[in-house]
Order: sequence, then C-alpha cells, then structure tokens
Amino acid sequence: MLKIKDLFVEIAGKQIIKGVNLNIEKGSTCVLMGPNASGKTSLLMTIIGMPQYKITRGKIIFQGKDITQLPLNERAKMGIGIMFQKPPQVRGVKLRKICDALLSSRQTKKSEEFARDLDLTEHLERDLNYGFSGGELKRSELFQLLCQNPNLLLLDEPESGVDLDNIALVGRTINELLHPDKNNSPSGIIVTHTGYILQYVEADIGYVLLNGKIICEGNPLDLFKGIKKHGYERCGECKIKHKIGQKRAKTK
Amino acid sequence: MQDKTQDRAEESKDKIAAFGPDIDISKFQNPEERESIKSLLDLPEELMRAAEGVGVELKEEARAGTFFQLDHSVIYQKIRDSYQGQVEIMSITEALEKYPEIRKKYYWKAVSVDKDKYTAYAELHPMHGYFIRVLKGNKVGHPIQSCLLLQENATLQNVHNIIIVEEGAEAQIITGCSIAPKVKAGLHIGISEFYLEKNSNLTFTMIHNWAEEFHVRPRSAAILEDGAVFTSNYILPKAARSIQMFPSALLKGRDSVANFNSLLWGLGDSYIDVGSNIILEGDGSRGQARMRSICYDRAQIYARGILEARHNNTRAHLDCRGILFSEQGRSLAIPELIANKAPGSTLSHEAAIGPINEEEIHYLMSRGLSREAAIAMIVKGFEDVSILGLPAELESYISHIMEMTQKEAL
Repeated sequence: MLKIKDLFVEIAGKQIIKGVNLNIEKGSTCVLMGPNASGKTSLLMTIIGMPQYKITRGKIIFQGKDITQLPLNERAKMGIGIMFQKPPQVRGVKLRKICDALLSSRQTKKSEEFARDLDLTEHLERDLNYGFSGGELKRSELFQLLCQNPNLLLLDEPESGVDLDNIALVGRTINELLHPDKNNSPSGIIVTHTGYILQYVEADIGYVLLNGKIICEGNPLDLFKGIKKHGYERCGECKIKHKIGQKRAKTK
Repeated sequence: MQDKTQDRAEESKDKIAAFGPDIDISKFQNPEERESIKSLLDLPEELMRAAEGVGVELKEEARAGTFFQLDHSVIYQKIRDSYQGQVEIMSITEALEKYPEIRKKYYWKAVSVDKDKYTAYAELHPMHGYFIRVLKGNKVGHPIQSCLLLQENATLQNVHNIIIVEEGAEAQIITGCSIAPKVKAGLHIGISEFYLEKNSNLTFTMIHNWAEEFHVRPRSAAILEDGAVFTSNYILPKAARSIQMFPSALLKGRDSVANFNSLLWGLGDSYIDVGSNIILEGDGSRGQARMRSICYDRAQIYARGILEARHNNTRAHLDCRGILFSEQGRSLAIPELIANKAPGSTLSHEAAIGPINEEEIHYLMSRGLSREAAIAMIVKGFEDVSILGLPAELESYISHIMEMTQKEAL
C-alpha cells in the first residue's frame, strides 16, 4: 500500500526526517511513537504532501505509484486521508460544504448519517472548526475522513485534547474507519504520544521515531510498556528492539 | 416648503461630496423616454438577462409586486392580486400627486437635500423612482422587487425612492440596479428614504451590476421607531468606475435594531467607497454592521463604518473584513466609534485585512480539492450570503445569482 524509501525531509532549511524506510501493507495499521519533535507529524505531513515539507532524498510509493512529486490534493484523490492534530479554522466555509464536495460522486445522504453518528448534526451548518472544542475538532476530522473514504489513513495524535467522554467515540470511529469489513480494510498510520488510543484501536505494528529516524519496531503494546518503563532514551538499545523487516508481531 | 427645499438644492448644486471622486454630472446625457410594457417577459432579451442578474424574477411567481424603471421611464409596476390592499407600489411621481402629504412628511426628511451635488441634482431634476408602502399590520410573505435599469451608454439615471413600512408590518424588498450590455459609462444617482414605524420589520437587499466606466452615488437613510428592525444588504459583484455611498440608520425608537451587511468585490479599476452609519438614540437600540470585501486587480476599496451612540443602554458592533488579492489593489478599513454623551453605551469593532491563509488552502486541498477549488470555497464562504439574514429561498436565489455573476466577472 505504502512504501517509503530512504526519505530525507527538511522544513525551512532544517532537516527533520533523516532516512526513514517504512512499508505499510494493505489493511495493516501501524503506530508511530516518539518524543516531541522526533518527526512523527512531519512524516505524516510529508506523506500527505504538505508543500512546506521538502523531500531532499528518497521516494514515497503509494499503491505502486511514485507520489514523491505529486501535489497534496492529488494524493488525497488517490486515497490518502489525514486527521490533523490541530486543524485550522476556516471561517465562512460550513462543515457541510466540505462534505458535499467530498461526497459529490457518492450519496450525500451519507453525510447526515455520519454526522449523526458523530453527534455533529448541528455542526454541519457551522464554520469549519470555528469555535469547536477539542473533542468536536477530532470528531469533525473523523467525519471528513468518513466522507472522504480513504485507503490510507494518517491519524495524528487522535486522542490529544479529547476528554474521556469523547475518546471512546473517537476510538470506535477510528476502528470503524480502519476495519469496515474483513476483506477490504484500509491501511493506517497512527501517531500517538500517550498510547491511550491503543486501548480502542487494534494495531499491527509499532515504530519508534527518534530524531528523524526509525530506531525500533515491534508489537505496539510491548513497545509502549518499554517506553513507559525506560523512556525513549533507551529505545535504541532496549530488549524489544527488532531489526527493520523482521516478521511482524500481531496484536490481539 | 418645496421652494425652500429647491433653494437649498440650488445652493448645493456644486457641493462636492465628502467622499469619493468628484463627478461632472453635465457630462452625462438624459436618456429618451421609454414605453410601458405589460409583462417583464416583454422586455428585450438583453434587458431580461440584465434584470435577472440583479435578482429580478421575470415571471414574478415568487414576488409580491414589481416596480421597473428603464432609464427615466417607469415602464412597469404591479402588485400581485393576493397582496392588493396590503402594499402600495407606484412611481414616486404618482405617489406625490396621489398623496400630497408625502412631500411634507417624508420627502427629504431622512436624507438632506443639501448633502451634496448629487442630492441637489435629484431634487432639481427629478426623474421618478419608487414609492413602496407596506400598510399597517401586513406581513408580506413574498419579496417585493424593484429594478432600475439603464439602457443607453453615457446617460444619467437619478431616482428618488420612499419606502414606508407601517406599524407592525413586515416586508422584504429586493432591488436590482443594472445596465444593458452596451452601456459602458454612465451615472446613477439614487436617493432612498426608509421610514420604519413602530414594530415594523424590513429587509432591503440591493444588488448592483455596473460597468467599468460607470459612476454610482446612492444616498440612503432610514429612520426607525420603537421596536422596528431594519436590515440593509448591499451586494456589489461587478466592477464600476466609482461607487460612493454611506447609508445611515437613525434608531430613534426604543429597542429598534439596524443591521447593515455588505458583500463587495473590487474588480478592475473600481473605486469603491462604501460605509454604514448607525446612530443609536432610542433606549435599548442596537446595531450591527458587517462588511466583507475582496480586492482584485487595481481596485481600491474603502470600507467605512460609523457607530454613534447618543443614548445610554445602547449597543452596536462593526465587523469589517477584507482580503487583498492583488499587488496593485488597495483595501482600507476605517471604523469609527462615537460615544456621544452616552457613557452607558457599548460600541465595538473588529477590522481585519489579510490574504487567504495558506494553511486553510492546504487543509481543504488535503481533502482532495484543487488549489483553485479550495480558494473558491474560502472566498465564497468569506463573501457569505448567509449573513444577509434572508429567508432560505431568497438566500439560495441570491447565492445562485452571485455565482453566475462572479463566474462572468472573474
């Protein structure tokens, strides 16, 4: 589904991704962990194609096509969807408008159902993200992803700023997005700082990103246990270190 | 009385307006008289399209009545049968003959005849305009439409309109000012005086559609009694050589409310100077002025607002936002708040001019919209027709017109 080869990225002249290799199979979900400023969000922004993230070396292959130079809207059209950690407010553009644009070739009735499921019916007529609470922002992002129906979901800290009431709904919706049916599930990359989301979302593999490099991979829950105990400093040398390419541990 | 008014006009006939470029009125010709029509569908095709472009519904199915002035001639006026006895629509000339008291009570009572050379000209060379009166207690369900259209190039149209909404009455008026396609230059002077009696409600929506060498000088004022609600909407989707207007609302009545909303597109070499002036006199009176402007090309946009409180326990807010798209354009926001011997009043404003945020564009692009589609969506949202407070049907109608006009203009 997604292959990242020897990726180097800089933003405003500063290198932030320093040689990342990643392979996401169709239908699998990976978790990306790491301390602040390790490059997690930057990696997602580079995959979706945000223009300020300059790829200086390497390739991104999505569904067999080299998308390294493709504009972000073309990547979205190919089926990459992103849930932003802090989406901008867009005054004047109603939430319904963006969904109508996304669903124009599918049933617009769907958006009403999605909105109801996410308790966003009244928000459809509100300006996009304007004055939304933390939970409402996450639900709005997920709502847009449901309308977009992507093949690859990039979820940037889906649990941040969400209260306990909302986290179950957010987790459940992410699960529905990632596992709509057994035969045809999209792939996902979840960036998480706290790991709380793993209580709700089933993930196949975890990676630790440190200083712009993937230094570790393994069972996501095991990785988190280790990180909780030892912090990120010892990730490169911890017992659960695996070589990249090793057979994945499945979480159940 | 009339002589005195005329004297004041005579004395002001060379008085340069406070704002906007000065226009030599003598450069523009008086057009010929036009014949009346029996239906709006009898208009020549190009005039039908011009009228439609400013919100005129030609079949009049969803309208309570129509007033249509072509150049200097009132060629059509009609009240739908179901609204007979609820509303009066006629030319101001006819109204002044039929109801002589109008002159004394309403004519030049909201707008000063000696305001500037344009008001003076309208008095000294009267050429119709409309009189619309919504009679006491009537709630007119469908909008009343008026259209002021110019057919000949380099001509002048000056109208004087009086709108009275009697006690407890409610109405929507949509008025479109436009030109035939061959008109490139001209001058439109429009005097509009609004009188809102106790507990009345009027939404007045004006759409302008001019040409690149056309000058426009509307002069409008409203007077509100107790509990009256006045919403004045102005939409300018096309280029004009110069437009200068600063409509005012005097909120004399207790708990009266005025809302001014303007959606402006500055295109080509347009010089647009548009303001709103809300004067709070009545106890509990309140107002809001919202302006959205987008400046393209070499356009200059002055967005003015004056909120003046003359009484305690009054409140008004000015919200003025602009996007400057062009290296050659100029966009100015000039808000003024005046608490005039009214320490208990609350006046506020927010004014902002800036580009479209790249982050917002990228956000919409990340959902699959092209850059152009993302910008178009943000611009459309910025020039938000929903702020006009129109009924859903009229709002979607205006939205559609705006889209069509914008496609053509851009």
